[in-house]
Amino acid sequence: MKFLDEFRDPGKAQTLLREIQGLVKKIPLARERPIWLMEVCGGHTHTIFRYGLNQLLPKEIEFVHGPGCPVCVLPRGRIDDCIALAEQPGVIMTSFGDAMRVTGSKKNLLQAKAEGADIRMVYSPLDALAIARRHPDKEVVFFGLGFETTMPSTAMTVLQAKKDGLRNFSLFSNHITIIPTIKAILDSPGTQLDGFLGPGHVSLVIGVSPYDFIARQYRKPMTIAGFEPLDLLQAIWMLLQQLAEGRCQIENQYQRVVSNEGNTPALNAIQQVFELREFFEWRGLGSIDQSGVRIREAFTAYDAERKFSLPNITIADPTSCQCGEVLKGAIKPNQCKVFGTTCTPESPLGALMVSTEGACAAYYQYGWIDKNEIQPVTR
Amino acid sequence: MCLGIPGQIIELCPEEPSLAIVDIGGVRRPVNIACIVDEDHPPDACLGDWVLIHVGFAMSRIHETEAQRTLDLLSKLGEVQTEMETIRQANSS
Ligand code: SF4
Repeated sequence: MKFLDEFRDPGKAQTLLREIQGLVKKIPLARERPIWLMEVCGGHTHTIFRYGLNQLLPKEIEFVHGPGCPVCVLPRGRIDDCIALAEQPGVIMTSFGDAMRVTGSKKNLLQAKAEGADIRMVYSPLDALAIARRHPDKEVVFFGLGFETTMPSTAMTVLQAKKDGLRNFSLFSNHITIIPTIKAILDSPGTQLDGFLGPGHVSLVIGVSPYDFIARQYRKPMTIAGFEPLDLLQAIWMLLQQLAEGRCQIENQYQRVVSNEGNTPALNAIQQVFELREFFEWRGLGSIDQSGVRIREAFTAYDAERKFSLPNITIADPTSCQCGEVLKGAIKPNQCKVFGTTCTPESPLGALMVSTEGACAAYYQYGWIDKNEIQPVTR
Repeated sequence: MCLGIPGQIIELCPEEPSLAIVDIGGVRRPVNIACIVDEDHPPDACLGDWVLIHVGFAMSRIHETEAQRTLDLLSKLGEVQTEMETIRQANSS
């Protein structure tokens, strides 16, 4: 497929790895402690483990796996609300497959489906719209989630529903937004990061300039990166160059897809349909100000939260789960007390074990080295 | 969901201009193309485009010149290294 093989070329990867080794030697801080790079996006976490980049790279480079897997950070209360919605008579709940296995306080969507709720897995919100057209006697709800990558698709689906005059379609919005999230990480006490690998597909929507504050206010470099192994290696190489030269800028490695200004039609759709919530609850991270979006009043008829009354109860994370510490980079996934024992991909206790983009699932699947070999991240 | 998948636009839908048929590794599917069209690139011009698809929406065109530029840069890096290697070897012999 187009540009997949090219960006997996082992020869070029070797070249980049050698360049990276050379650069690390030019970064003074690497002599005292590891260089901490956060990959914000779960897709990057997946690539790092799938291709074993963490083992190929010099030991001076350590990844802090960021919170960028929107499935993983969904709090239990929201899953409970989704199930409560799905269990109302006359409702067909539609969801991306990824979200079906995340457990609420008692069960997940798959279990609710097995118990009789009409829950259907769809590939696209447009498929949910098609189901609504086929079942005019039912209320079809779409369980919308994701960062700015998927936000335009649900916004456009709502716009389409309004245009078509559909009355039996609504959206349960759990969308979250990237900039306040990165701010919250940077402001969180104890955070020590030397640079960011920026999320490629969020950036294709929002563009490059919204990240400027990271370089200006926080003096950290960022390189927006694609998802193939060469993309990530090149982005790391670019980040290290900034560190070696003492620069901090927002750079874009993924120019074949991400333009500086972002995607105007996508941004317009988001702007029309959504507005910021005052705060939104995250699994493992607690409440983050202005980090979620809800549907604007003009589209009330398409807002499942307004159409139905929801329990909307905040449910604390299980006490044995250390997802929050992993998300903040304070511990590595396999240092969690329940990693690989009570928490596995087959029966995930914490959210980071659910999707293949979650740091714990990635560790379990690809990168699980003997616990004793891994040095704690001291900071 | 977040990773997206590349596909090529192989058919337009004249009766529904916001949709097009893409080929994703041999599988055909209609996708929404509203995010990749503008005045400079109307729906008619989309035929043959390689696009990145997220949950049924073509979210970006994959720019071949940019991709090539990245790959060329990486090749050059390789060439420089081979040359350096040769120089090093020559010096040590
Ligand atoms: S092992 Fe499970 S509980 Fe522990 S941090 Fe990972 S996902 Fe959370």
